[in-house]
Amino acid sequence: MSAPTDLQERFPSAVLQVGALDDGLPLLCVSPEALASIAAAAKELGFDYLACITGVDYPSDDQIEVIYNLYNYHRREALVIKVRIPRGVARLPSVSGVWRAALFLERETYDLLGVHFEGHPELKRILLPEPWVGHPLRKDYDMNRQQFVSKGPQGEDIVSFDPQEGW
Amino acid sequence: MAAYQPCTVEPHPNQSDWITLNMGPQHPSTHGVLRMILQLDGEIVRQVELVIGYLHRSMEKMAENVRYPHFIIECDRADYVANYHYEAAYVRAVEELAGIVPTPRAQFIRTICLEFDRIQSHLVWLGTYGLDLGALNAFWYGFRERERILDLLQELTGVRMHPNYFRFGGVKADLTPDFERKALALCDLLAGKVDEYESFLSQSDTFVMRTQGVGAMSREMAIDWGVTGPNARASGLDFDQRRDEPYFAYGELEFEVPVRPEGDCYARYAVRLEEIRQSVRLIRQALDQLPQGPVIPAGLEKGYQFLVHPNGEHYAHVEGPRGEIGIYLIGDGTTFPYRVKMRSPCFQNLSVLPELMRDCLIADCVAINGSLDLVMGCVDR
Amino acid sequence: MAPLNHAKDGLGSIVMTTVEDFLRWGQSNSLWPLTFGLACCAIEMMSAQDSDYDMARFGSEIFRPTPRQADLMIVAGTVCKRMAPRIKTLFEQMAEPRYVIAMGACTINGGPYQYTYSVVQGVDKIIPVDVHVPGCPPTPEALLQGLIKLQQAIRSREGRPRPVPFSPAELSEVSRS
Repeated sequence: MSAPTDLQERFPSAVLQVGALDDGLPLLCVSPEALASIAAAAKELGFDYLACITGVDYPSDDQIEVIYNLYNYHRREALVIKVRIPRGVARLPSVSGVWRAALFLERETYDLLGVHFEGHPELKRILLPEPWVGHPLRKDYDMNRQQFVSKGPQGEDIVSFDPQEGW
Repeated sequence: MAAYQPCTVEPHPNQSDWITLNMGPQHPSTHGVLRMILQLDGEIVRQVELVIGYLHRSMEKMAENVRYPHFIIECDRADYVANYHYEAAYVRAVEELAGIVPTPRAQFIRTICLEFDRIQSHLVWLGTYGLDLGALNAFWYGFRERERILDLLQELTGVRMHPNYFRFGGVKADLTPDFERKALALCDLLAGKVDEYESFLSQSDTFVMRTQGVGAMSREMAIDWGVTGPNARASGLDFDQRRDEPYFAYGELEFEVPVRPEGDCYARYAVRLEEIRQSVRLIRQALDQLPQGPVIPAGLEKGYQFLVHPNGEHYAHVEGPRGEIGIYLIGDGTTFPYRVKMRSPCFQNLSVLPELMRDCLIADCVAINGSLDLVMGCVDR
Repeated sequence: MAPLNHAKDGLGSIVMTTVEDFLRWGQSNSLWPLTFGLACCAIEMMSAQDSDYDMARFGSEIFRPTPRQADLMIVAGTVCKRMAPRIKTLFEQMAEPRYVIAMGACTINGGPYQYTYSVVQGVDKIIPVDVHVPGCPPTPEALLQGLIKLQQAIRSREGRPRPVPFSPAELSEVSRS
């Protein structure tokens, strides 16, 4: 039995759709609340490698989609799990307890897209300075409003909208 | 069913006596703009906090605002030591989504470029790693051979770095008339040089003492933290995408994948040296089997590249010198991509660094950091 | 400097010059760079040090890891906003006479990163630059040419006056413009 159908049988209410990506990779669309249990179940099935977490902003649907690329080294098969959450309240359970690779990947998705991962031990910005305002990979991020960075006395980053106060 | 376990960090008994030491972002051994905040208990490192983002050039945002062929230039600059591999991942993603079949000759030329790229990337690593650990001669020797490779690739693409050579369906230009003879001569040179590097590094007591047993990573740890490439193969993970999920011309070539069980810095060094030998083997076979024909399909030359508008989602990955380089591409049929996510191997390799540095000496920090072969352009994108 | 007067029988030579010219000659021939590679240009800077291009023959053999012992900062790579205050700190930690080579298109005007939210469009918005070396990345020969131009500028009296330091007010005026 393939992994997506196996997971669909175990979580009938949580799995919304089983299909394939355009390249043929098996695809599972799940509801956000069940993500943590489905992640743990996928790891039990042998998907112990989390390759990538991609966040995509769909303002036309008022949703953010988070895509998890998993891989099973033993059986050499891949699995893609997709979750859709509302843009206004972008919260998801963290899978960093299941795959440690998610520690950095979820921080990056939070930084650039504003998705909060509940249960992440250290959810703070990773690529941008901590006081940065806004999430740049959202489609409504205002690129005309530049922010400027300077350094405080303890080496911390200070961000402001005033060009005289930083670079 | 296993319960969902959030990860926790236990407090240490004498945490109030620890000293904070800042390494970076300007530091000779951090290989770029990486900042590590070390919590030291005497000479022993108890905790490491990583601060990155000093080279965040917003490539993923730029991808949504440049046309498909222009993003190849950005890919070059992501991992600036392995330019061809990022180009390869992106070009593969667009081709497979748009249904473009590359020409056979181009597939072999791409494979040759990728393997030369892998060798020169490992030579940069070897030079800087030896430099970090005090074997300054490794820098001179490694870069000497690297210059020969760059001379050859410069004949082919016109530049030493940031080649912008791969195109959708093929490559920009065919091989120069003298390329095959020079490439074979270079292969003969490189095969003997790896033995030379081993002679002064593997047989150097200092180098061995500083790398054996240091920064050990188990196979399960490597998989859990998403570590790929030579770092994972040095921990016993027997997976190489070139052999197990072949792309380009790798399916028709024969080579061995070096795997070592120890997982320490010395194992990572040994795996990379052996990979140089295997790359030379691959190049020789590819040159031997190089088919004739065009290097770009008809209808996709030059400006027609801009007419490629893929529609859909696709994840394509290649085996880079540092691990799995992936591009998750979402196209909506317009001139600009909707979303390009760059799966960076160095980002994942870096995330395991605090775990490897737990309870090591300060001097070992340099050895462990160097052995992971990090490129900050790839981490920060 | 006045031309060297070689005695025909090789017993030695006498050179007549001024103290300032002698100092400039010494400074130009022993520029010690700071190990300050940011991005791709750093790899070409490392190539400029290797035996094929050999920056050591121009006096820049020793790359110092600390700015307090360096007198040349080769800014090699993209300057991001988060790194900008650190560049300023490093420049201020260098002792006079100090020089800056801006290597690569990113340090001149932002390079390929024009439409971004996190890249400073040129390092001369942060620190005063003596020589700009264009290229993406500049070849090692281009960097060496930039170094030679800097050496010529130091030796000539028409170059930026040295070793007069920038006062903090002047420096902030220059770096904000």
